[in-house]
Amino acid sequence: MATTALHPAAPAVRGGLYEWLTTTDHKKIGMLYLVNSLVFFALGGILALVVRLELAQPGMQFIDEAFYNQAFTMHASFMLFLFIIPILAGFGNYAVPLQIGAPDMAFPRINALSFWLLPLGGALMASGFLASGGAAASGWTEYPPLSGPAYHGTGTDLWIMGLVLIGTSSILGAINFLVTIFRMRAPGMTLFRMPILSWTVLVTSVLVLMSTPVLTSALIMLFIDRNYGGHFFDPANGGNAVLYQNVFWFYSHPAVYIMVLPAMGIISEVLPVFSRKPLFGYKAFVFATVGIGALGFSVWAHHMFTTGQVFLPFFALMTFLIAVPTGVKMFNWIATLWRGKLVFSTPLLFAFGFLTMFLIGGLNGAFSAAVPVDFALHDTYWVVAHLHYVLFGGSVFGVFAGIYYWFPKMTGRMLNETLGKLQFVLMFVGFNMTFFPMHQLGLMGMPRRIADYASTAGWTELNTLATIGGFTIGLSMVPFLWNVMVSLRNGRIAGDDPWEGNTLEWATSSPPPPYNFDHLPEIRSERPVFDARHGRTATH
Amino acid sequence: MTSDAAALTTHGETHDATEHGAAGLGNPVLGMLLFITSEVMFFAGLFAAYFSIRASYQELVNGQLVHLWPPAQFADTLKALPFVITTSEGHTVLNVILPATLILIASSFTCQLGVNAIKRDDRTGFLRNFGVTLVLGILFLLLQAYDYTVLFGEGMGLGSTTFGTTYFTLTGFHGAHVFGGALMLAVVVYRGMAGQFSARHHDMVEATSLYWHFVDIVWILLFSVLYLLPGVKA
Repeated sequence: MATTALHPAAPAVRGGLYEWLTTTDHKKIGMLYLVNSLVFFALGGILALVVRLELAQPGMQFIDEAFYNQAFTMHASFMLFLFIIPILAGFGNYAVPLQIGAPDMAFPRINALSFWLLPLGGALMASGFLASGGAAASGWTEYPPLSGPAYHGTGTDLWIMGLVLIGTSSILGAINFLVTIFRMRAPGMTLFRMPILSWTVLVTSVLVLMSTPVLTSALIMLFIDRNYGGHFFDPANGGNAVLYQNVFWFYSHPAVYIMVLPAMGIISEVLPVFSRKPLFGYKAFVFATVGIGALGFSVWAHHMFTTGQVFLPFFALMTFLIAVPTGVKMFNWIATLWRGKLVFSTPLLFAFGFLTMFLIGGLNGAFSAAVPVDFALHDTYWVVAHLHYVLFGGSVFGVFAGIYYWFPKMTGRMLNETLGKLQFVLMFVGFNMTFFPMHQLGLMGMPRRIADYASTAGWTELNTLATIGGFTIGLSMVPFLWNVMVSLRNGRIAGDDPWEGNTLEWATSSPPPPYNFDHLPEIRSERPVFDARHGRTATH
Repeated sequence: MTSDAAALTTHGETHDATEHGAAGLGNPVLGMLLFITSEVMFFAGLFAAYFSIRASYQELVNGQLVHLWPPAQFADTLKALPFVITTSEGHTVLNVILPATLILIASSFTCQLGVNAIKRDDRTGFLRNFGVTLVLGILFLLLQAYDYTVLFGEGMGLGSTTFGTTYFTLTGFHGAHVFGGALMLAVVVYRGMAGQFSARHHDMVEATSLYWHFVDIVWILLFSVLYLLPGVKA
């Protein structure tokens, strides 16, 4: 443009709360995502502790079976749909426009809508606890006929409605990310110079876009069956109960990658910065991410081996194939660390937590991919161990790496390192104490989703251990919350670039101005800030 | 946002990220294409359910389980699809779905004519064509409502076997999308009357037309599957 007509000066300063409620700034929305997700993390965590408390000893001590079912159902629903998926979207929201040198997301108001659908959907879901018959109680998978019209009250309907809203939030967010990444990259920021987190958000958004609407269709069919006399999943009237499982897992398996790819992106930002090396094999990493995303659509029925309704060899083979791009990434990360000048700050510790725990989660997952093994382990505590090693050991450790890494950028202040390390140690020990024994419990035949077990089953000691571990994880949140509260006021001033980062968010002030950048460095590689700091430009 | 984007400079070059038509699709058009992708997957879920249920539907005929479609209780009503419905009193009612289909297809053409018009800066032609599109869309919905009342009168509903469940869910959600599209058309017409679109600025017109074409294509698929695909007789 030859003449730049300046818009009227910035609107009158809005009061704190009003500004936060009406903001369309991607950074503020990103932080709203983080806070909202951490609230649901706390709620889901409390429900997990209720479950662990009841399982610590045989016999029903604290709650009845009906509430137990609601507790594990809502624990998983909160953790998956209202904590992990949205908190990763929150990091994406905060970091992606900064990383690609954009002033904001492509559709800032839709971005605000995406966020506000989350507390709304979450409140709908949670309000099931107030309804007669309690909250949804047939597991987060809500398989019919258990979730059908014959069982449960309004709670399941509220769960369905809440999840449709949350899904809509994801879809709108994905559209926003894709348009932002495709259309708003700064000059010089080619796709293959984009930071890995932005790449993982890109692939994740494609997965959300293609799979979440399928979940919506499954939920709507379930809702019609429950409320309008439909027969989609009702075998007595020509319906097909396994159909629900197919449609559900067509979303929910890609959803596993939705829940872990951005966490991989986070640690791929952290590892190079704290080992003072570029990420090893950038392009291989990108292609591995795309490969995981693509393969993710062809493995959904490995959750349904025991139904006898799926073609076992195909789904087992595709599941094993996923280990290939995942293995590529493991080697990318290890080779990045190799001979690096490691700086053992808290983000790196959490990234190590991710690497080691996710490795176990991947290996025990490969066991379950073998059909005969899966027939023995299906619906046992082995599966509970596996999914927590992937989603807690993987994603949640990644999330905390991200929080410690970007907190200085978001607030302008550093988190306390000692408290951070204390949190890491407690969480790492507690996590393994909780979930490692579950492998053994599963092999011993303990089924998941049971409220009680016989004292003669030989499961008591390991269950007690897991409960102690669970409370240790809970305890690890105390130093974290204390750290955040203290550091927000008195933390060391961070400056623009406390970690000597590589990517563009470290080229602006902390916190960044509403429009993000006064000036962008030249972008000639995937590490523009590194290039600027060292006064040279790599030729890529 | 526009001013922020324009203020973003690298080495003195002004980079206007929102300049229309500078590099292919505008953001709203790309956003709509992605939204349509998600809608395709939503209907894919419903279609998958329909085919899965249809393929495995069995009924007792003379003491034997046989595969058939539609279920025996509706075989008489629907025997002459797609053109007539035979009511329980033996009357044949003209099935309005065929004219409704033709109307919706025609509306896609008028919609595109409207887009072409605004690209020429012909605002009158754009408004006239979009107005006609809106009227045709509403007409389609009215005809579908009439079709529903005939079928309800024959005792068909969401609960009458999986045939009713799938039929009314698929056509109902399509109808809801037509309704949503009609709302978007109405907003476009309203804004068009206020003179907000021109040859240079018409992203929303284009996005709305894409959505309308999508709704039309879904209907062509639904019509082919629900009305033209031959049933299976016992």
